[in-house]
Amino acid sequence: MSTTQERTVPSICESFGNERSRMMDIVLEVQDKLGCVDAETIDAIAAATDAPRVDVESVVSFYSFTSQKPKGKVVIRLSSDVPDIMAGALDVARGLEEELGIRFGETTPDGMFTLEWTSCIGMSDQAPAALVNGLVMPSLGPGTARRGVQILRERNNLEDLQGTLIREYGDGENSHDLVRAAVRNNIRRPGKVIFGRMESGAGLIKALAMSPAEVIRGIKTARLRGRGGAGFPTGMKWEFTRAAGGDDRTLICNADEGEPGTFKDRVILTERPDLLFEGMTIAGYAIGAKIGLLYLRAEYSYLREYLEHVLERRREQRLLGSRVCGKEGFEFDIRIQMGAGAYICGEETALISSCEGLRGDPKNRPPFPAQHGYLGTPTSVNNVETLCCVAPILEMGPGWFSSIGSAGSTGTKLLSISGDCMRRGVYEVPFGTTLREVFEMCGASEPAAVQVGGPSGQMVGPDDYAREICFDDLATGGSLMIFGPRRNLLEIASQFMEFFIEESCGYCTPCRVGNVLLKERLDKILAGLGEKSDLEYLQKLATTIKTTSRCGLGQTSANPVLSTIENFKMLYERLLKEPEEGRQRSFDIQTALSQAQDLTGRESVHFKQG
Amino acid sequence: MAKPKVATTSLCGCFGCHMSLLDIDERILELVQLIDFDRSPINDIKSIEGPVDIGLIEGGCCNEENVKVLQDFRKHCKILISVGDCAINGGIPAMRNMVPLEECYEEAFLNGPTVVNPSGKVPDDEEIPLLLDQVYPCHEVVKVDYHLPGCPPSADTLWEALTALLTDRPVELSYELVKYD
Amino acid sequence: MNNNNQKISLTIDGVEVQGKPGQTILEAAEAAAVYIPRLCWMKNLTAAGSCRVCSVRANGRVQSACTQPIGPGMVVENDTEELRELRRNLIDMLFVEGNHFCMFCEKSGECELQALAYRFGITAPKYPFMFPQRDLDASHPEILVDRNRCILCGRCVRASQELDGKHVFGFVGRGTTKRLAVNAPDNLAQTDAEADDQAVAACPTGSLLVKRVGYAVPVGQRKFDHSPIGSEIENSDVQD
Repeated sequence: MSTTQERTVPSICESFGNERSRMMDIVLEVQDKLGCVDAETIDAIAAATDAPRVDVESVVSFYSFTSQKPKGKVVIRLSSDVPDIMAGALDVARGLEEELGIRFGETTPDGMFTLEWTSCIGMSDQAPAALVNGLVMPSLGPGTARRGVQILRERNNLEDLQGTLIREYGDGENSHDLVRAAVRNNIRRPGKVIFGRMESGAGLIKALAMSPAEVIRGIKTARLRGRGGAGFPTGMKWEFTRAAGGDDRTLICNADEGEPGTFKDRVILTERPDLLFEGMTIAGYAIGAKIGLLYLRAEYSYLREYLEHVLERRREQRLLGSRVCGKEGFEFDIRIQMGAGAYICGEETALISSCEGLRGDPKNRPPFPAQHGYLGTPTSVNNVETLCCVAPILEMGPGWFSSIGSAGSTGTKLLSISGDCMRRGVYEVPFGTTLREVFEMCGASEPAAVQVGGPSGQMVGPDDYAREICFDDLATGGSLMIFGPRRNLLEIASQFMEFFIEESCGYCTPCRVGNVLLKERLDKILAGLGEKSDLEYLQKLATTIKTTSRCGLGQTSANPVLSTIENFKMLYERLLKEPEEGRQRSFDIQTALSQAQDLTGRESVHFKQG
Repeated sequence: MAKPKVATTSLCGCFGCHMSLLDIDERILELVQLIDFDRSPINDIKSIEGPVDIGLIEGGCCNEENVKVLQDFRKHCKILISVGDCAINGGIPAMRNMVPLEECYEEAFLNGPTVVNPSGKVPDDEEIPLLLDQVYPCHEVVKVDYHLPGCPPSADTLWEALTALLTDRPVELSYELVKYD
Repeated sequence: MNNNNQKISLTIDGVEVQGKPGQTILEAAEAAAVYIPRLCWMKNLTAAGSCRVCSVRANGRVQSACTQPIGPGMVVENDTEELRELRRNLIDMLFVEGNHFCMFCEKSGECELQALAYRFGITAPKYPFMFPQRDLDASHPEILVDRNRCILCGRCVRASQELDGKHVFGFVGRGTTKRLAVNAPDNLAQTDAEADDQAVAACPTGSLLVKRVGYAVPVGQRKFDHSPIGSEIENSDVQD
């Protein structure tokens, strides 16, 4: 270990109080400073925090953005999400490989560049996109990607990646001094609750004039339900949390927007951070929490400084801190907890594990977070969009809110629309909007299919286009990927399965093993090696995964297969053949022999090619 | 009426399962009353002659010839049974599945301690069947009707399964008869 | 207040069972001489709920019996066609995920994974074998770690912490790369593991073995040679 390392690691640990529960912050900062968290560094962190080294290694090895092996000074992470692939990410990848002379997963011999694929980075509306260290590079082409690499090499100035690579900043706060990102907001349709209103701050004032129980009653009367996808009534969640014993309670805002194809939280965090923080403060007041955590996904780290700045301003304005708005006895502050690249951490108990400095394994329920959450405290975890509805409800009244949308689904829903359409971006629509209406808005003519709710949702076809987006019909966190007639829907399903395999935490058997098996057979079918009985095989396997998995990831990970079998069965049937002479169609003798033919330099005696 | 025909073979196996079949002891006399053998090492017939009622496969598929024989068995046998762990999960030979094929060839023909190979090349002789990329269990290559696990399956297991099939009883193996070692 | 004499009445497969407050479904069933198949669960350890083999339907919802507390009037389905199939599929998954060569494994006959497969009458798994590359750690003078046989149940991890007061094992990686790790930079020899640690005995398969004691029990006299796993529970007396 070099002397810098010897000093760096303990001082980083100390800056987080040598607390094991701050392990995420510690390893992320070490990764940032040293480029990796290697074995010796793990030992040093373990010593400083008095943690077993295997627990430190466990954290480092769990997250995509921390690594035990050194990476290049510039890590290029290209988003492998379906909309990125549709927009040409493979061409960008080829361009980068040619330019750098390495394959994905490798580092250039000079230690300068590392190429990696990464799951959706929340830029599906401006795909293909990549992260260059923390910097977002949207709307890439093979040419622009190669030029970017050339410029980095020529200037050799890694201190100012932003200044070197970004030519034009995006709209709105994307051009803020603390953001300076090329990202565009793409707010295509502002709605009544979030993007179409001016922020006034009146919601918080009103809330503090009420009792916490009254605030909760207001949220219940507005019939606000969680926007993350599951749709749990927010007021009820707060009530449970408030009712749980003890003095310490925690509010967590889930800004780990990882569902592929979703990017609406990115736009909220950029354009409406005050609305969110106001909502968090009201929520903190309602449940009786002193601390609020904003769990920000690593992919959005480019927004961190800006968000810290907004928080700091709110502290100065007495909107956070002790005696918020002068309210005696109400103390509340917000800390940003960075994630480190793990889709599973969007699951609320995995998110809590991560906040506690652990690997992002979901927890067993019961106990539920409302009773026993973050560091044992009663905890309410709410989605960004949900919390953004809170201040408007308080300000305008529950009746105003519940008059928007449909009976069982009040308010508006933010849709993140990507794929084959004219106008990709964020749409704030009242609940009850049909898919057909959505297509009209975004300029999608006759899509062959649409993926509602990301990979964990469902793929539906024209028969379902009259269906409504709401909790009682098509419930969704808001990701809508549109697929034109030329797309291979089963290949897309396979890409979704790849995503789940990559993002499964591996804790439980069905999700860890089953998804691999599901993709294996689906790929065989796609390769023309499927047979009729495979449909039943896939369905039974998928049902096992869905039924027995421990958390929401595994309970939904088989949906790409299940929903394509349900809605696009003929696509499978077209590929399935009857087996001949009792042979397994999945066994391909030419594939099985090709290596040996190469190694011996001769053809097979029994199985001639062609 | 002609007696039912039974064929047996060993693919990538050690013939231990065949030994276990002989372990049915005096019951073999009873068995011979019930069946005729088609291809089998027991009578040394080298290729399947023709329609066969029950085929017993020992061993998994490690090379092209194994696949050929197995497909041939499947084609001619009404009922095909995987006998023993090698047929069912690759068995000991499948331990090479964790080693790259190139290394397997090099160990066998170039670098192994007992190898004498002046040419320094992996032989391309057609008499040496090409290895598959991995050892495959039989049911991953062809449809298999029954599996009798064990290394080897006990004589009682084989006897019970065979006599059940020959007398039109369902094959129901008791707890003691299903073992993997 | 939790009164230990208090009873909670529930049914398992239609049979009424009396449980105690704080018990999980698995514990209440076991006290009532009903066996619910399980792998990652072990007496005196925190329940993990990771293998999912103990999945039951509790009031219609599939739950892991080892983590789900009982409730009054709860209707539990355990030995149904649906659940038997789901469990069988999970056992099949564990077999194809690792490299389980029973024919030469020292644990054969005493292995809980194998015993469950026997109990379910599995003659061959329905999924293709994955034949993963896994490593083996023979560095420790007394203990062998063979990750080929590891089913990631975490019993050793918990036993080391909760019973041995150590912290010898942990998990690293995620998803398909998740694997059992030891609390040292390189190998088990660098840890404070000892042969008589309960963590070693906790392994349900042959992944953790004490060296030089293998094959001591002759075939025919091993734990699961004649009676299925769980039969000791099914043949036990119902506890009050």
